[in-house]
Amino acid sequence: MRKLSRESWINSVLVLLLALAPLCASLLDEPYYVSLASRVVIIAMAAVGLNLALGFGGLISFGHAAFFGLGGYVAGVAAYHAFDGSYFIGGIPGSDQMPVIWLVAVLVAGLAAAFIGVISLRTQGVYFIMITLAFAQMIYYFAISFPTYGGEDGLSIYVRNSLFSLDTSDPLIFFGICFFSLMLSIFFTRRLMGSRFGAALTMARLNEVRLATSGVEPFPIRLTAFVLSAMITSGAGALFADLNGFVSPSMLSWHHSGELMVIVILGGVGRLFGPVAGAVVFVLLETFIGGFTQHWQFFLGLILLSVVLFANGGLIGLLAGRSRHD
Amino acid sequence: MTEAVLRIEKLRKSFGALKATDDVTLDLKPGEIHALIGPNGAGKSTLIAQISGGLSPDSGHIYLGQENVTGLSIAARAKRGLGRCFQISSLAMPLSVRRNVMMASQAVTGTSFSFWKQTDRDLEQLEATEKVLARVGLLPRADVPVAELSHGERRQVEVACALALKPKVLLLDEPMAGMGAGGSERLTGFLEELKQEVPILLVEHDMDAVFRLADRISVLVYGQIIAQGSADMIRRDPVVREAYLGTEE
Repeated sequence: MRKLSRESWINSVLVLLLALAPLCASLLDEPYYVSLASRVVIIAMAAVGLNLALGFGGLISFGHAAFFGLGGYVAGVAAYHAFDGSYFIGGIPGSDQMPVIWLVAVLVAGLAAAFIGVISLRTQGVYFIMITLAFAQMIYYFAISFPTYGGEDGLSIYVRNSLFSLDTSDPLIFFGICFFSLMLSIFFTRRLMGSRFGAALTMARLNEVRLATSGVEPFPIRLTAFVLSAMITSGAGALFADLNGFVSPSMLSWHHSGELMVIVILGGVGRLFGPVAGAVVFVLLETFIGGFTQHWQFFLGLILLSVVLFANGGLIGLLAGRSRHD
Repeated sequence: MTEAVLRIEKLRKSFGALKATDDVTLDLKPGEIHALIGPNGAGKSTLIAQISGGLSPDSGHIYLGQENVTGLSIAARAKRGLGRCFQISSLAMPLSVRRNVMMASQAVTGTSFSFWKQTDRDLEQLEATEKVLARVGLLPRADVPVAELSHGERRQVEVACALALKPKVLLLDEPMAGMGAGGSERLTGFLEELKQEVPILLVEHDMDAVFRLADRISVLVYGQIIAQGSADMIRRDPVVREAYLGTEE
């Protein structure tokens, strides 16, 4: 067997802690902390999606809240129609089945990302950042001005959507679903980055001219990465709506886009488990320091500042050292 | 007459009032090295950029084999067999030599839209890469990041990347630049051997290398080709001597 690298060790410990924490909380009869762990895991998954574009593809998207929110709204709208038996535009019935919701969420976000990507990926740098932000804001205001689905007040999901015969209202079971999805998205990212597509995406980030000179068009590679990235984030969004039993336009707001970026940068840009480390730190700070003072983001800022200044590879990089390309 | 593998017809490109490429016509035949020389600012880089696809000409045509590639992108031309080395090495610095060269062989051995199969298990691609690395003598350095290589070695990686494309035409932009005497000597020998397999359009400042290697030479001055012919012809041409070579003797 191959010797595990230091980074693999750290990743394994991180995952193990993340899996054990809610088990302990459940044994101690503290369902709140189980839900908190689910929150960490879901936000980590959203950041795993962003990391594919931002970290591995070098595409600094400031609009990923759009995909997160779209996933949430798909879950919310589907549950809303399923609950009162009404129909979506064109007579499409609602659904309270998670697999159906996930599939639709991923497709909707994928289409949106394809559209946004075709336009925004023609630009780079600051312009790309601004165009992704602009599209996300457009979707945000669209959601606000849509009274059928709650407008500014958002939409409640009265009964958590179901998955096969599992009792999804049990916090621990719901955590398991989220945890499994997170692991799946990380595994998928890992396979992807080891594949030919991953090699091309890496080259698109490092040296676009070299990629083109090697006979591969950079644009379709980037577009595909952007779409896949949005799909992962939207899956997390659907879970987030189910966790809170609620979706509102705030899920789509640029604050969320910024938070996801902070989490990716905090954890380690382009590190497979970076978003997990980032999400753990982010949500714990938000919850515990946020309990003392509403200015908890001051501390987040301090940590982010030191990570950016002193640890180039984020938290994972700080613990595991520089990343190595073989 | 043998069919040209690369043909450039009446190419023009202006930047404002500056005619960077002024009615350039040249071709490259199988088995030859065609050198493009000229003083600084003569428009060599602009011409190379138009041939590789980075710049589009105002008028004129570029043919790769039978096909008109004038409107195609850099990647599309590369895929059709136009290998290129840059004047200033353009590689992915943090990646290993192997990864850089593999990128080029990836386009030739299949699609880049493969999402599942891992490249480090892709024997066809790995073997193709090893073969090219062995050929340019980089196999012992295969797993070293390009950032840690010497300047001369990076030039070799560039050549390896171009070869991994299995090119029909090689476009070499000052491959000897910044190389030591030994390195440049070795590369000269290598190119001499290589031209039988792939014809080369060579832009080079090292006149010894040019006169030793080139079967034909085109002299570019102010965007125009002022002379074209065999090395001997160019050496004796009074116009060329005045415009360019004269300073050396």
